[in-house]
Formats: sequence, structure tokens, C-alpha cells
Amino acid sequence: MSDMTTNPPAPAQPEPLHRQLGVTDGELDAIRGKLGRDPNHTELAMFSVMWSEHCSYKSSKPLLKTLPTRGHGIMAGPGDNAGVVRIGDGLAVAFKIESHNHPSAVEPYQGAATGVGGILRDIFTMGARPIAVLDALRFGDPTDPRTRHLVDGIVRGVGGYGNCVGVPTVGGELVFDPSYQGNPLVNVMAIGLLEERMLILAEAPGPGNYVVLFGSTTGRDGIGGASVLASATFADSDPNKRPTVQVGDPFAEKLLIEASLELIDRRLVEGIQDLGAGGISCASSESADKAGTGILLDLDAIPRREPGMAPWEVMISESQERMLATCRPENYPAVREVCERWGIPIALVGRVTTDGDIAIVEGGIGIDGLPNPGALEIARIAAKALTSDAIIHYRLATPPARRRQAPAPGIPLTAQDGLPERGMDPAAVLAALLGSPNLSSRRWVYEQYDACVQSNTVEWPGHGAAVLRVKGTKKALVATTDGNQAVSALDPYLGAQLSVAEATRNVSITGARPIGLTNCLNYGNPERPEAFWQLQEAVRGMGDACRTLGVPVTGGNVSLYNEYPGGAISPTPEIGIVGLLDDVSLLVRPPFTTEGDSVVLVGSSAPGLAGSAYAALAGLASEDAPPSLDLDREAALQSFIREAIGRGLVASAQDVSGGGLAVAIAECCMWGGLGANLRLGVLGSPAIELFGESPSRLVLSCRPRHAPAIELLARQFGLASATLGSVGGDRLRIELTGQGATGAAEERGSRVADALDVALVDLRHAWDHGLARALGVEPSAAESNPDPHAPDRPDASGRAD
Amino acid sequence: MRIGVVTFPGSNSDVDALNALAVAGVEPVSLWHESPDLHGVAGVILPGGFAYGDYLRAGVIARFSPVMRGVSDFAAKGGLVLGICNGFQVLAESRLVPGALLRNRSLRFASKIVAIKPQRLDSPFTHRSTGAPLHIPIAHGEGCYYADDATLDDIERNGQILWRYVRSDGTPALDPDDPANPNGSLRAIAGVCNTAGNVAGLMPHPERMSESILGSDDGMQLIRSFVDSAKAWETGR
Repeated sequence: MSDMTTNPPAPAQPEPLHRQLGVTDGELDAIRGKLGRDPNHTELAMFSVMWSEHCSYKSSKPLLKTLPTRGHGIMAGPGDNAGVVRIGDGLAVAFKIESHNHPSAVEPYQGAATGVGGILRDIFTMGARPIAVLDALRFGDPTDPRTRHLVDGIVRGVGGYGNCVGVPTVGGELVFDPSYQGNPLVNVMAIGLLEERMLILAEAPGPGNYVVLFGSTTGRDGIGGASVLASATFADSDPNKRPTVQVGDPFAEKLLIEASLELIDRRLVEGIQDLGAGGISCASSESADKAGTGILLDLDAIPRREPGMAPWEVMISESQERMLATCRPENYPAVREVCERWGIPIALVGRVTTDGDIAIVEGGIGIDGLPNPGALEIARIAAKALTSDAIIHYRLATPPARRRQAPAPGIPLTAQDGLPERGMDPAAVLAALLGSPNLSSRRWVYEQYDACVQSNTVEWPGHGAAVLRVKGTKKALVATTDGNQAVSALDPYLGAQLSVAEATRNVSITGARPIGLTNCLNYGNPERPEAFWQLQEAVRGMGDACRTLGVPVTGGNVSLYNEYPGGAISPTPEIGIVGLLDDVSLLVRPPFTTEGDSVVLVGSSAPGLAGSAYAALAGLASEDAPPSLDLDREAALQSFIREAIGRGLVASAQDVSGGGLAVAIAECCMWGGLGANLRLGVLGSPAIELFGESPSRLVLSCRPRHAPAIELLARQFGLASATLGSVGGDRLRIELTGQGATGAAEERGSRVADALDVALVDLRHAWDHGLARALGVEPSAAESNPDPHAPDRPDASGRAD
Repeated sequence: MRIGVVTFPGSNSDVDALNALAVAGVEPVSLWHESPDLHGVAGVILPGGFAYGDYLRAGVIARFSPVMRGVSDFAAKGGLVLGICNGFQVLAESRLVPGALLRNRSLRFASKIVAIKPQRLDSPFTHRSTGAPLHIPIAHGEGCYYADDATLDDIERNGQILWRYVRSDGTPALDPDDPANPNGSLRAIAGVCNTAGNVAGLMPHPERMSESILGSDDGMQLIRSFVDSAKAWETGR
């Protein structure tokens, strides 16, 4: 079967080589134009990966240029391996999110593992030590055997790599939606910390400098990963594509991290780039293009792990855990020493040149830096033709014929309270939501990830944003990922805005200030006008939200062609936010902390249940729409909560998102082991008030004497607020009052009872076991011992089966 | 006084041990795997991680590294050695402590806070413990303590079981399926020592619960016991 691994998948009918490599006829013409001649096989292979959607962003580049990228303290942004933002004290944070969707669908363990490895390399390539990983995972039906196989393999893969390499996985998402049935999403975000002086770019400066390759050897794994696998729609579990998936070695990566950071710290290298998608073709051409230089590569000097590899295979192999660096000749012995001490193979593979070309020779390079007499030049391409000057496609964008608009603010309320059956107890609805696959405890997943290695983890996974202290300072970094595919499917512009709003809100409610945004845009085939329109709308929505909320976009990744024979995924804008908390002692968390505290709701609800967890559970009125978002109000809400926390007024804060207000409050209760007695005014429909997901709202608790000051502060920010009641007891009681509550609502045919009243132990039971039940796995043991952040209280421990 | 922390290729919790030692106010010294020279330290920690990748079996390659010769000699002279997580696996593979660590009963990596209770308060590793359960994290795939019945009876009799996983009422989680026993360890054993009492290993990570900002400083009871004992041993020499 060796043919299968050495050649791109053979089509039924012989096709021209360029098409086999994923290059269109029009693109071949453009390549001829760049070269002024026909490309040879090696050159064509290099173009095929570099002009792939994955490496060139040829469809999305014109859109991404519209995003706001300027902001305070930005040291590196889009176009670099990761965004880098100053955080004071001479330190900076590097972060980025990236997808590994198709590899994970083909080979879940290795696909997910190498997804982690790839994003970690993007971080330490900037000179930063990786300190955290967040994984945002999306699947189809959790009860389907294939989904279960993917979940198991992908979770093991993320853990298998992160645990071994010694970077804690501190957060992320796990979402089930039918649209991901044939195309799961694996988006991984990594965060690193660096001293400002460590910042280094992926450049190859200084003609005459040595080009060295260190790390693992080069093999046939991952051939065509960027072009064949990541940049085309694909059929369900095509075994012929398995060789395009790379194989990860976290032990090698751990050594690579230590060696690379030592090389950078000691200033032994001038520039450094990891080998990811597109392999050595991508690393060499990007490094040269950035520095305005060229690179002469000695093909024979590249260490192989198997004999008989063709030049084109060597040039586009995506074998993992490899780095390309540039060093001054006099530093080469020291560079060698560092790599050898860490047990890492290193080879001198080329020279930096002045001609701006990536030139590849067989037959060696002499000490004068020129090809040996008799050496054969097997490829020569201008570096910029492969990178900054690569082809761009201006795709057609067409909205679908019929789509729902978000309702304008202020439109009349309509009652959408179609609970499943007449007389249904809202407590039962709440328990059903808390036990649903998307809202139940993610414990089964995150308990497979080392969450505390490196001794920085302040907030463990499970209760909102991740919090990492910054050693040697009072500061902390707060990080989260959020993506709203349900609303994006109805309105991609609003869905992207909501994703940014929720992610930044999740950071702001801890007291931290969002300092940068990274994004992973998972969309369908851009050659389909409707799919491209979704992408265009999402970028517009993300840009508008970032401008209003004052958060710069520092980088990201676009994953297109997320389609399979059953259809396209729901558009999924995955947003990663990093925030800075100046004083970690002021950190506020979601759980209620103290009996007798007041519970305050800030923000007001709007109509619309479309896209909500409630709608997925209970069904939806046919003409309903998602709730609208007012970005100015969202900005005000986030400023308000940071101000209130800064003044020391807030004991706990939780945002209202999936499952609505009732779920948000239930989480505060369960996680704090404390009940609450509340009264909620209902104007329109109880279902909207309790379970609606209109944005720009949060629930906080505070000492009763601080409640008036908080309500006054909210008014100053132009926000509605209401003190709902107080924390205490072992039940959650929400009495519904006002014209929308039972009496009046019953006459209109409302089916919701006038109060929600439920024992915490019952909510906890539903929440604890929901995910394991859906996946059919061994339920993770209920907390039998106290978690330091969720002290064991009689109500919080969960009921044994 | 100086305490050494060994770095094998693939060690990753060495930074946590160095951090906890700094919190304890002692000078930590990094010891490189390729040299048997311990640089005159008063105690040695073998940290957590995946030494040499642990692809074959946890700890099995590390035991052959040059530094382990130095560690064995040091232990034979009565020097204090503490193995945490992967370090415990290395000590077990090296036969410096009894027993073996098998894959977790769940066959999955397990990362969570567990409760362990010191079984005696007169050992060099526990004498500064309050005696109450410590709530500290585990993060391992191969932490199921195993030994044959005769060995288990022996170490029980000799007082070599230093820590056990306990339930919320403080009783040992003896049933391998008890949720408080996170990996199915026999007799709820979380950590043991050699017969001389100067070499101990445990699966949970005391060094990662070293400061209240991280959730608690429970782990420092163990780290301080170890540091004080090392200090006394050095003074006694």
C-alpha cells in the first residue's frame, strides 16, 4: 500500500497533476504567469500547499483586512504566528486559536493532538512560554456511535498532547449541534507568556546567515494536509485521507519548547518559524518574504525518517515538531550545542540570500554559500509569489433567498412560551436544560486534562472563564472561548456579534479588561455564494462588535470547506478572548458566596427565543427570531461590571447566556452550594424571562448594603437593574410577579406556573450526570471531596446514583 | 540549605517543585538527568511529568539515567528523596519504594482535586502535617497503586503507607471503585516510603497546592515536612 502514502489520492480517472494537488486550471495559469514558464512537479506541489485556502487565505484575505487590529500595547498581530500584547511589568501575552477540523474527523486522536501541538508551536515561536490551552469542540448527535467515537478520540488526543507537554488545558467548550454530524470542529487556543525582550519574529534576515532545521525528522506524514485535507470539502471518514493526517510526538515538542526558548533567550537565532501547514515550503517562503530576503535550500541536508522520498514530498511534508531558524554563522556551534543537549536533531539546510527566491538544490551547498559545482537546481520560486503575493479570489457572496432578520430593538413583545406541555413546571424545564448535552457539567471532559501544571491556575475549568496568575506580579490573565452557531445559522452577522459580546462579557464579569481577540472562523465552501456570504457577514459582525467594545483583533485562523455529503456546518465564529486583571485579589467568580447576600439582575430582556437552548428543547414559534443585540449597551454593561468589581461592591457575577436567566442563577447556586429566594417581574412571557437568551445581562450578588450603590451605578451606565432577592437555603425559588405572570398570562393561554421552586440537590443531579448520560459513558464521580473553589456544602455535593 | 529537583527530558512539573521550594524559603537547585552529581543538596525531588515521553511505561527509562545512580547512592546514605507523580513512578521502577503504578482503573487520564490523609505523623514527610486530609490535585494516567498481598501486608505492618485517599468523612476509600479513590489504588494507597523511611513517593501533587491563590496551600504541609527533615539530616551529618 506504499503507493497510497507516496502519492496524492488517485482519482478514478486520471486527472492532470495540478488538479490532483488541488490547483484549479485558472490557478495554474496564474502560476505560469508568476514563473514565466511551466512549473515542475516540485514547484507545483509547493504552490498547491501555499496557495491552498489554509495557507493563503485566498478567499478570506479581502474580508479580514476590514477587521480592527490596532490597540493598546500590541506588539504583534495578524500575519504573525500569534498576537502579542503587553501586560506591563516588562511582560507580554501571546495567544492564538486555530482549527484542526478535518484531520480530527479522519483520525480523531492524532488530529486533535497535532492541533494542540501546532498551536503551541505558534506560541513559543514568538518567544513565549505556553502557559495554557483552551479547546473548543463541536460535534453532532451525542448518542450517535460515530460521534461518541470522535468525542472519545478527540478528548484523549487533546489531553494526550497537552498533559505530556506540560501545558494545562484550562477551558474551552463542548457543543453538540446536528450540523456538525459529519464535520466536527476542533478549535484550540493557546496562551503564552513572555518577557518583552524575548519577542522574535518569523523572519530570515541577513543574507549569508545560516538556515537551520531542528526537531523531528521529515517523513511522509501529513503530505497535502493543507491542500487536500483542509481546503476541500470531504466525504465521511475517507480512509484514503488518513496518510494526510500528521502524527504528534508531545515529548519531542516538550524538548523543542525548551530548546527554542533557550535559543531565543540567548539571542542565538535571528528569526524562527515553526513548520506547520505547508511544511518547509511555508516556513522558508514566509520567513524570507517577511525579511525581504531569499533562501537557498540544500535538499539533501534535510534529515528524513524514511528513504526514497521525492523532492516534492520533502518540501510539503507536514511532519510535526520541526522548527526552521536563521542564525549568524558564528553562532551555529552554540545553536548545535543547545539542540544536542536537549537531544534534538539539527541540520544546516541552507543560506539566506539576496535574490528573494526560494531556491532548492540537490548536490549540496559549499562553504561559500553557493551550490556545489554540479549541484542541480530543482526549484526556484520568488518567496512572495508563494506568500504575500499569492493568488486572491474575490468570491461571490449571496444571501439565502429566505432568512430571518433580527427584530429591531423596541418591536412589540410577542408571547413565545410554548413549553412542551400545558401546565409544565418551570423547575422541570430548568432541570431538563441543566441536564441537556450542551449545558450540563463538562466534568467528564476536563477531568481528562491536566489543569494545574505550572502552578498558575487560579480558576479551574468548569465555572466560566479560566484565570491564570502571572508569577511575580499581582496580575492575572483571564481567558475564554465562545462561539454562537445557533444564532449564526439564522443570522451570521448577529451570531458573530453575539459571540464577541459573550466572550468579552465572560472575561469582564471577573473584573478583567479584554485586551485582545483571536478568532477561528469555521465556515462552508467559499465557492458557494451563500456560504461565502455567511463568512462575509460574520467578519462584518465581528468587526463591528470589536470596534464598539474596544477590543483589537490580534490574529486568527479561517477554516473553510466545512462541508460533508450531508450538508454544511452551521457557521461557527469561535472567539477567543484574553483579558487582564490588574489585581488578582479582586477576582470575582460566578458562584454565590454568602448567605443573605442580595441578588441583582443587571440589563433587560428582549423578545426572541430562536437559537436558544430552550427553543432546542421546547420547540419554537414558527416566525420567532433571535433576540437583538445593542452593542453600545453591551459595552456599557461590561464597563459597569468592571467598575463595580473595582470598587469592591461585588461578591459574585455570572453572565446570562445559554439557558437564560434561570440557568445562570441555578449555576450560581449549585457552584456556591447556596440556594436563593427571588422575585422576578415578568412583563411579557415567563419563558422569555426565565429561559430567553437576550444578551447584555448579568446576575451578581453583593452584601445587602451595597445593593443600592450597585443599582445607582447601573443607572449611571444607562442600564436597567433589579434586586431580585437574596442568597440562602437549599432551594432555588423564583416567584414570578407582574402582568406577565400566571394570572394574566394564563388568560392568554400561558402554560407556565407562577413560580419556579426546586431543591438544589435535584438541579445538581441533573447537571452532574447529563453529559455522561448523553454520551453513554461512565458518569464521572460526583464531587466526593471539596474542590478548593467550590467548598463542599450539604447541598452542593450531588446525589449519588 | 539547598534542595535538588531533577529534570529529565519530559519532566514538566519540575517548575512546580521549584516554585514550592521557593515558597518554603529554600534554595532550589536544578539537577540535570545526564549527571550523577547531586551538587551537595540536602534532599532530592523527582518531579512530575513524562520522563523520556513515557511511551513504553511510565518511569521505566528514567530509572536508567545517570542521575538515578546519584539518587540511589544518596538514598543509601540516608538522604531524603521525594518522588511526586512521575517521580513516584520512577522510584517504583527503580525499586527504591515498593509496589508498582498501573493504569488508572478508568483507563483515562485523571485530573482533579483529591483528599489524602497522612497515615502517620512521625515520618520525615508528614511530621508537619496537621493530620487532617490534604486537598491536592492528581494529574496522571498511571496512578493505580498495586502490589501483591504479601507486600501490601508488609508495608502496612511496617508503617510504610504514608498517605491514603480518603472519603469526605476521613475514612480510607478502600473500595477501588469508590469515587474518592481516583485511580483504583489497592488499599487506597496514595503514597508509600521505603523501609528505612527516607525515600517516599506519592501520586498527588502537593507542590501544586503551595499558595492560597492556587486554591489552597495544603500541599505545603508535606513540602515543609520534607524540607525541615532534609535540613535536620544535613545538620546531623
